[in-house]
Amino acid sequence: MKAKKHPMSMVQRALVYASAVIVFGVLIALIVYILVMGVPNLKLSMFAWNYNSENLSMLPAIINTLTMIALTLLMAVPFGIGAAIYLVEYAKRGSRLVKLVRLTAETLSGIPSIVYGLFGYLMFVLACGMDNSMLAGALTLAIMVLPTILRTTEEALQAVPDSYREGSFGLGAGKLRTVMRIVLPAAVPGIFSGIVLAIGRIVGETAALIYTAGTVTGVADGLLGSGRTLAVHLYCLLNEGLYTKEAYATAVILLVFVIGINALSSAIAKRLAKR
Amino acid sequence: MITSSKFRENAMRVVFALTACVSIAAVVLICVFLFASGIPTMKTIGFADFLFGKTWAPSQGLYGIFPMIVASIFVTAGAIIIGVPLGLLCAIFLARFCPQRLYRVLKPAAELLAGIPSIVYGFFGLVVIVPLMQNLFGGSGKGMLTASVMLGIMILPTIINVSESALRAVPESYYEGSLALGATHERSVFSTVLPAARSGILAGVILGVGRAIGETMAVAMVAGNQPILPESILSGVRTLTANIVQEMGYATDLHRDALIACGVVLFVFILIINLCFSALKRREA
Repeated sequence: MKAKKHPMSMVQRALVYASAVIVFGVLIALIVYILVMGVPNLKLSMFAWNYNSENLSMLPAIINTLTMIALTLLMAVPFGIGAAIYLVEYAKRGSRLVKLVRLTAETLSGIPSIVYGLFGYLMFVLACGMDNSMLAGALTLAIMVLPTILRTTEEALQAVPDSYREGSFGLGAGKLRTVMRIVLPAAVPGIFSGIVLAIGRIVGETAALIYTAGTVTGVADGLLGSGRTLAVHLYCLLNEGLYTKEAYATAVILLVFVIGINALSSAIAKRLAKR
Repeated sequence: MITSSKFRENAMRVVFALTACVSIAAVVLICVFLFASGIPTMKTIGFADFLFGKTWAPSQGLYGIFPMIVASIFVTAGAIIIGVPLGLLCAIFLARFCPQRLYRVLKPAAELLAGIPSIVYGFFGLVVIVPLMQNLFGGSGKGMLTASVMLGIMILPTIINVSESALRAVPESYYEGSLALGATHERSVFSTVLPAARSGILAGVILGVGRAIGETMAVAMVAGNQPILPESILSGVRTLTANIVQEMGYATDLHRDALIACGVVLFVFILIINLCFSALKRREA
């Protein structure tokens, strides 16, 4: 118990504390640095409706980001939830299909975003003839976030006590009614936390979008129009290398987005833990 | 009435089963599209010339990606050397040393570390770590070491989260037994709890390797962007991922196909890493 008498224990303790300080120090340094450098560069003109070479407004990119989130979720959420319902409520334990779905979902979650970008480019942009468009980008991202939604929904459904299902069956409800009216509503907070995680990934994604949704600066012209999201906007600014101020400002907005999303997700987790 | 509800039950069952098949279809499609355009390209260039060629000069028709493969592996190894000890020790702190009140702040912070977009990490690397390296070692500041540090930071959340849950899964009796034998708190954690969590920690490291090798934006910005074999840890390099993202914008014809073939090589790396991961998980179960 008395660590002071054991030099090895002292060393171990020092190492543990030091690395915790380094890890969280880096995080704090990153956030503080970007905020301190970025906030003074935020100007109202950066939120102007139009983007032009004098005023590199980020409002179009923000609008595109929101559109991208909506489009992607619209496609990924129904499939993710449906698949999770099948795995938890319908499939027999240990069936071959379940194993295959788990394996492929795990594979999907390990694929790097640049590979998704290449795939989206080959399949949606070239083979399906969508060109660089919001739709091509959203389809690519939908596949990318599918495993996230699938896994969190699965966990949420599994956490619903069996007594709910038995009670519903006991009252004469069918399988479908039990799933849709009893089990699914009980799992909503868990599902929601998965969706929030997915939003975080969509907001931060760059490599999968550059060659699918493209880098056009304005608000995307409909589903088949190209448009850059905020993260892609930051990439383009850095690539051109001339717009450090704008880059800092964009990084601030991006960081605020992400911190907000994270706060939301831990608030949900806290509420879940309370129940 | 009964038949119609029975029909609906069965129809929805099929619908749910079909949605479950989407992820299978996605993996199949990704494999088909990537391999169908990558393999013929490798054949055109020549498998050996492509994989082991030392010169990448699309304008001269030379498509050797060996320097990029080496760069990806070295940078990933560097990230592991930096990120694993740091992340593991931090996980030990969170699981065994951290007061409850502090934990409530630090745990969400560790999750935030995972949520920060890679482009923001890249930006931070560009404006903070690169100048730092310049001051320390001279030169451009961009290179293998900088990229390794950058990636080491980026894989921290993966290592921390997986290791922490592995450490927490070790039965309390191991720790208590060690304490009862007179070992200090530190020694009990390092000599009994840590070895017992070994396979979970290894799974975290494998996941970290996957993240590091696939990371694109941040690495592209700080690795120095030179498609040549590195001479020292400070040399500028270009990873497979950086090669794709930086040249895809203007590449045409065979050059473009060669970049897609690069993606195929990367994809195969990832598949191997995934296989290792699931083999490890199965052994554990």
